[in-house]
Amino acid sequence: MISVNSLSKSFGKQEVLKNFDLVFSAGNSYAIMGPNGSGKTTLIKSILGMVLPDKGDIQIKSQSIQGNDTYRKHIGYMPQIGRYPQNIKVGQLFSMMKDMRPQVKDYDLDLVEAFELEKINQKAMSTLSGGTVQKVSAALAFLFHPEILILDEPTAGLDPIATEILKSKIAKERAAKKLILITSHILSDLEELTNHAVYIFEGKVFFDDSIDSLKDLTSEDKFSPAIAKLMQWTLNKRQPILV
Amino acid sequence: MRKLLKYALYDILKSRFALIYTVFLALVAISTYQVTEDMSKVSLSLMNILIMIVPLISAVFATTHFYNNLEFIELMLAQPVRRSQVFFSQLLAVVCMLSLSIILGFGLPMVLWGADSSLIMLLVVGIILSAVFTGFAFLASVLTRDKAKAIGISLALWIFFSLVYDGLVLYIIYTFADYPLEKATLAMVMLNPVDLGRILMLLQLDISALMGYTGAFFKQFFSGNLGTILAIGTLAIWILVPNYAAMSVFKKRDF
Repeated sequence: MISVNSLSKSFGKQEVLKNFDLVFSAGNSYAIMGPNGSGKTTLIKSILGMVLPDKGDIQIKSQSIQGNDTYRKHIGYMPQIGRYPQNIKVGQLFSMMKDMRPQVKDYDLDLVEAFELEKINQKAMSTLSGGTVQKVSAALAFLFHPEILILDEPTAGLDPIATEILKSKIAKERAAKKLILITSHILSDLEELTNHAVYIFEGKVFFDDSIDSLKDLTSEDKFSPAIAKLMQWTLNKRQPILV
Repeated sequence: MRKLLKYALYDILKSRFALIYTVFLALVAISTYQVTEDMSKVSLSLMNILIMIVPLISAVFATTHFYNNLEFIELMLAQPVRRSQVFFSQLLAVVCMLSLSIILGFGLPMVLWGADSSLIMLLVVGIILSAVFTGFAFLASVLTRDKAKAIGISLALWIFFSLVYDGLVLYIIYTFADYPLEKATLAMVMLNPVDLGRILMLLQLDISALMGYTGAFFKQFFSGNLGTILAIGTLAIWILVPNYAAMSVFKKRDF
């Protein structure tokens, strides 16, 4: 569904993505991992069209995203830290987002109801706590039944109850064969929510295969030690493992 | 676009800054009206304040607003809307808020205590200068990645056009005092939106005679149709060029 073709991007002298190739296909849930500064965020922002690549191309549903803005209606994005206009109310934020996608009439209100967001409709965004803002971000990402979900550190800042609600919602969307991309440093979450691991190191894909084959390859039967081993290999500068 | 603008405007009008700015302008206007009954004196005093304050506030506020809204701008860019629409909604919201503050802050006292054509022109000049300096501020904001640097550039432009530029013009006039400088001065005035605003005001006040021979020349030039068209056209260019440049950079910028 998303194919990233020989994408290169530099910020000043620093080359963040180097001739980057990757394919995300529908029905899978991807864990995007990598150390800080490896290019995860740049990859996600390139897919969303916030970062414009120097070279290469991204295709979503076989359409190039360059100079295109309509493809974003297929994407639900939950930012790591959502910041919203401080003086507008929660209800207004929701109607504004709905106004941006006037063609969608059928909304997915699972999270709105589970997080009881109608109760705070009249509250200004500036009065909300960090966790509540995350709940709003999550509810907005799922609101339009998007085919692609991009979740950047989705559980950071959420309380345990909200985390479980969000996780079961993600599991539900997985069962509905949506394409889901999750970045997180919480490995237990990733193990629960994803079936495919992508490890990015220094702007290149270091590992891209199912979590089961990652476990086979590293001869570990748990996810965390398998990732730890992968990280050690990157430090020893092993060649990328492309299966 | 209209919907984006609606929410951006709603957010900005409810900000504390909008209220403080309006009240400040209203207090300035009210106290000026208390001092004198003479309309031309009122508008001259208000002009001197407006010419200094409006560009300063516009430059600083627009820059801070852009950077405070950066995360939200990013979120909007992840939605199916065009980049130019996101940019225009933010820009228009800032210009509308600044203009509305001037219209209410200066306009209400005018409704209460009367106004003449020069005071109406004052409002127009205030709105034009807000738009010009918001353009400068947005350009500085999209070109840098650092709030402090962007505010620095905006302030530098304000200092240049409000203070330094006049010094340079005076220096040139004194140095080349032996030559006929009317047309050269006119050209130099055109290159500074603040001066252009001031001239438009002074001509309304009919005190251009105070400015000597050059003033008389300006009067002759600007009173004609050609002069007014040229002055307004030049101000329009001063609004369009920085804003358009800011938009083209915004379209190609990484967030």
